[in-house]
Amino acid sequence: MTITTQHAHTHPIDMHAVLLHRRETVKEQNETCIKIEKLNLYYGQKQALQDVSMDIPKRKVTAYIGPSGCGKSTLLRSINRMNDLIDNVSIVGKIMLDGINIYDKSVNVAALRRRVGMVFQKPNPFPKTIYENVAYGLRIQGINDKRILDETIENALRSAALWDEMKDRLNDNALSISGGQQQRLVIARAIAIEPEVLLLDEPASALDPISTLKIEELINALKEKYTIVIVTHNMQQAARVSDYTAFMYMGDLIEMGPTSELFTNPKKKQTEDYITGRYG
Amino acid sequence: MNSDKISHHISEQFNKELQDVRNKVLVMGGLVEHQLALAITAFTSGNVEIADQVIRRDSEVDVLEMTIDRECSEIIARRQPTAFDLRLLIAVIKIVREIERAGDKAVRIAQMAIRVSGVDGQYNHQYELEHMADLIKEMVHLSLDAFARLNIDEVTGITGRDANVNREYENILRRLITRMMEDPRNMARVLDVIWVARALERVGDYACNICEHLVYIVNGLDVRHLSHEEMQERIAGNSTDDVSRIRS
Repeated sequence: MTITTQHAHTHPIDMHAVLLHRRETVKEQNETCIKIEKLNLYYGQKQALQDVSMDIPKRKVTAYIGPSGCGKSTLLRSINRMNDLIDNVSIVGKIMLDGINIYDKSVNVAALRRRVGMVFQKPNPFPKTIYENVAYGLRIQGINDKRILDETIENALRSAALWDEMKDRLNDNALSISGGQQQRLVIARAIAIEPEVLLLDEPASALDPISTLKIEELINALKEKYTIVIVTHNMQQAARVSDYTAFMYMGDLIEMGPTSELFTNPKKKQTEDYITGRYG
Repeated sequence: MNSDKISHHISEQFNKELQDVRNKVLVMGGLVEHQLALAITAFTSGNVEIADQVIRRDSEVDVLEMTIDRECSEIIARRQPTAFDLRLLIAVIKIVREIERAGDKAVRIAQMAIRVSGVDGQYNHQYELEHMADLIKEMVHLSLDAFARLNIDEVTGITGRDANVNREYENILRRLITRMMEDPRNMARVLDVIWVARALERVGDYACNICEHLVYIVNGLDVRHLSHEEMQERIAGNSTDDVSRIRS
């Protein structure tokens, strides 16, 4: 809208007020999707997470950054109980999803993982057709109606920005497509069953820069519908794709905040040293 | 202390690049400080030779400005700096512009020195500016010094001086207007002095701007467009937080 001179005269803008308003840190009222409360995780005797508490906001991208071994992947895997598959793991604390502790005995882990999907560093499509890869999650739920399958698969592939490239190759082997396409296919497979949360563990670290950008574009589009948590070694990637960033170090959550603040004016020296590439 | 803030990167080369940018800003600041002092001397003493020298050396200031800008953008492109490093580079790009403008004002004063020296007049009004010139030189010096140390302890002290400068500027105007009323033949010459006073007053503003950019570098606060009191309040309000405590 152009403000005409006349308009400006009748409604003088109080610039001082505007500036003061701008300075106030805008605290968005975010709905929390996952609430992690005092989570402690041990691999045998070794403590991998110490008293980690954080709120993961709904339909936002939250990135975990930190040096190798800081616990960021462990924390990510805790959110859909992937750690249950590892021997010797013991967990104390809570992860609340919609008010229910996912570590509660009554929780059905398979149902939890339907709600909390996961994508790994290396694309892991099944050695089946592209169509069957995306249909897999639906079929194990007993959905075999071709019409429903066709529609869901098209939607999932479209959401994963893969439909145009794949629509004529749905019966090709999923292992015959490029790494970047495979990774997007895996994401399509994850979202075909309409989870609420998507966990991405280094989803682009094995991909070339263009495929990486496509994945990042995809993450940006997917946050409209899903809560996304991403672990990445690539800080620029965290800065580009996430709304919130959590910095972890040796099993502790050091600092979590809006990405734009964390990367321009972190509050903790440890965070500053890490993101600016300094030794502490 | 300052080298601590810039160095300690795992990449030694990155340390060097940031140090190099900072050193160039200091060289540029020193040069402009010198240019201002010479220009003021040229004006108050009527020395055309010195004025010529100031005008000739301005291109050095311009070249430094462009060099520093280019180096900053190269570092941003190559290193993707964050946090303190990013704020430093963004602010340096702005600071060199303030310094370059101060350099332009030195040229303006030098040009006035040449003009005034060619006019025969009954009165010499240049001395009217001496006190203001001293205030300005001190502000410029202190702001560049604070930048060199990356220390904001003195910042509000420096920007607080701007009120003195403005008061002195108004005094000068009042006195010079009186001179014009006393004898209208003085008018042309007095106007030249007013131009110089105006140029000096602007340089004071540039020094304040440098201080504001420095606050952004050190603790990430944007204190532009605030009154002196608001600025003091904001800086004081932030002083208890983790980062500034660590850095002080």
